[in-house]
Amino acid sequence: MEILKTYKLYIGGQFPRTESGRSYQIQSAAGQAIANACLGSKKDIRNAVQAARKAQTGWVNKSAFNRSQIIYRIAEMLESRKVQFIDELMLMGQTEQSAVEEVQLSIDRLVYYAGWADKYQALSSSVNPVSSSHFNFSVPEPMGVVGVVACQKTALLGLISQTIPLLVGGNTVVVIANTLKALSAISFAEVLATSDVPGGVVNILTGDVAEMLPTLAGHMDVNALSLSTIPEDLSRSAQEAAIDNLKRCQLYHLDFSAPQNQGLQFITDFLEIKTTWHPIEQVASGIGGY
Amino acid sequence: MSSTNWNLEPSLESTAVVQLQEQYDLYIDGKWQAPQEKKYFATSNPADESHLSNIAWATEADVAIAVKAARNAYENVWSKLSGAERGKYLFRIARLMQEKSRELAVLETLDGGKPIKESRDIDLPLACNHFFYYAGWADKLSAAFPGKRIESLGVAAQITPWNFPLLMLAWKIAPALACGNTVVLKPAETTSLTALKFAEICQEADLPAGVVNIVTGHGDTGALLVSHPDIDKIAFTGSTAVGKQIQKACIGTNKKLTLELGGKSANIILEDAPIDQAVEGVVNAIFFNQGHVCCAGSRLFVQESIAARVIEKLKFRLQSIYVGNPLDKNTDIGAINSKKQLETIERYIQLGQEEGAEIYQPACKLPSKGYYCPPTLFTDVAQSARIAQEEIFGPVLAIQTFRTIDEVLQKANNSPYGLAAGVWTDKGARIFGLSSQLQAGVVWANTYNKFDPASPFGGYKESGFGREGGLHGLSAYLKITQ
Repeated sequence: MEILKTYKLYIGGQFPRTESGRSYQIQSAAGQAIANACLGSKKDIRNAVQAARKAQTGWVNKSAFNRSQIIYRIAEMLESRKVQFIDELMLMGQTEQSAVEEVQLSIDRLVYYAGWADKYQALSSSVNPVSSSHFNFSVPEPMGVVGVVACQKTALLGLISQTIPLLVGGNTVVVIANTLKALSAISFAEVLATSDVPGGVVNILTGDVAEMLPTLAGHMDVNALSLSTIPEDLSRSAQEAAIDNLKRCQLYHLDFSAPQNQGLQFITDFLEIKTTWHPIEQVASGIGGY
Repeated sequence: MSSTNWNLEPSLESTAVVQLQEQYDLYIDGKWQAPQEKKYFATSNPADESHLSNIAWATEADVAIAVKAARNAYENVWSKLSGAERGKYLFRIARLMQEKSRELAVLETLDGGKPIKESRDIDLPLACNHFFYYAGWADKLSAAFPGKRIESLGVAAQITPWNFPLLMLAWKIAPALACGNTVVLKPAETTSLTALKFAEICQEADLPAGVVNIVTGHGDTGALLVSHPDIDKIAFTGSTAVGKQIQKACIGTNKKLTLELGGKSANIILEDAPIDQAVEGVVNAIFFNQGHVCCAGSRLFVQESIAARVIEKLKFRLQSIYVGNPLDKNTDIGAINSKKQLETIERYIQLGQEEGAEIYQPACKLPSKGYYCPPTLFTDVAQSARIAQEEIFGPVLAIQTFRTIDEVLQKANNSPYGLAAGVWTDKGARIFGLSSQLQAGVVWANTYNKFDPASPFGGYKESGFGREGGLHGLSAYLKITQ
């Protein structure tokens, strides 16, 4: 007899069931039940935000090189489970060719962004020639905790394309997965959990976007939102709720399989620029400065 | 320490250099146009409540005409000019502003109440330099974003505040024009005059009609402008509350938005800091421009071991701060910008006392007419006190103490705002340690309230988003794609 997998949530590095004790059916293209997924709740969102906040300082304080290695490790882990992901995508209705392509592209994307983790800083910072005797420089910093509604078309590629650049920039994330194709998201969480990604850096919830998004969008400890294509009224009310603490909102109506939809921009979209004025002492008779 | 009795002879800047008209129309499409509904409002000098001029109050029809003029100028003239030609206009404007800098400085002081020494030595040079700086970017945009496709956005709606009227105009118009956009700018209702003088400069510079349009009015005019459907970009500097309304109005549109909003910035003195220098820095951080500064260091955190000494020195220093006629070159703190703002500040001073904080104000003789507020310190302020949490926008400082760096970082970051911060310490390595952990868009080390056209400015969290100034200020006015 086959052992069926229980798909749970991924919060704070753990795999808890939803606190609401509910689940929903994931179906194949033919409408057959293939697994149950957790129907995440508002409380789950709040727990996930708390975990993401707790993990944020530790994540941003890892060296950029280390973040790069960890993200590359995710690629390695995904590669080693490639077959499982292809099977799962096919189970949820994709053709073999499209499943293979999506998983391969997902791995490539992880490798691509892994390389960015210690390079985007040089490209988005500046030393500014101010008129006074100061070393004045601008550097990027993460926004903090970002709420993500993952692509609702793809099961894996969109989630990776939206989430990984945020990690590269030092943010931690709370992701609402593709509702109908939720299995890949939770399997990806298993990849994360075995890839040296500290608990809480990525939190993944499955369930109804309409139920969970208002809590995520209105949460005062979330700094920004990354929204994929979702129903207009839902997107609008999320953006309205986001105003309470002036969350930065990015709307991605994108096909992430297109090559132009990976790049530095997806990292810098969730960075702040900090400018520091550091004094320069005028020593001896020399005139120093930058 | 005994108090020093300063009796300075008044040294008044002459106002003869300023020529004001009795009435100002709207500056649209390179011409002065009377408002469609023929409504005007009075603007006065907050230093003595005297009448200065009457200014057009733009309504919906005027805003529509102005946006149309800006659109025409964008489509037919400005977007077709080369970057080098756009740059030449901006260089010319910068030079004309420099030539008229005294007139503009005196007018800024008359209309807004800021001390002449600040408008003369800070606002004007910075505003001129900002045009000069961005003029040079106009033909180098592709070098700024190598490998990217860059396009101008179109028509920018820009709303400026009353605390640095001409400087904020420069922060908005210079990068917008350099990047190839045209603008409709609404200055704050209490301080529109230098923007109208700037319109005269645009005429004198032969700037093509419609590239810069100035529509004056109150908040309703600004609301009409930002909600106009033919706007591509909104740049707003002002209160967080209004910024949120604008963000809401932009949902579902393609308008690109940058917001520069309020703050409650922390100024931190560590025990190894050069104390006299730090005390001067605190005075500059909170009393510069009457405290009407979004990035004002309005929360002071002093390490416990030196707190008594710092507070004593601060109180002594406050006694020699000269509050009075903004036109007097001796004046440190001029007039509060408006009666309404003075009432807000006084309400917070009352509240601070009710909240149990201890108040200190030096004895100073305030002019009998006009709106004035003495420099005010609060000690024993609780972290939860409203005077430690909310933006007052006046010369009121809330002082708290701390023991460890962990503690002060937590307190400093415990604010919905994140505009700026100050750090005072003798140790360079410690500066970086703190500055990297402060959630603020600008961190000043052993200085405060320094600005430069080359230095990006803007906030974290509820202090807004987007940057003004420097290389980073360009992307607010461009569409950049891979």
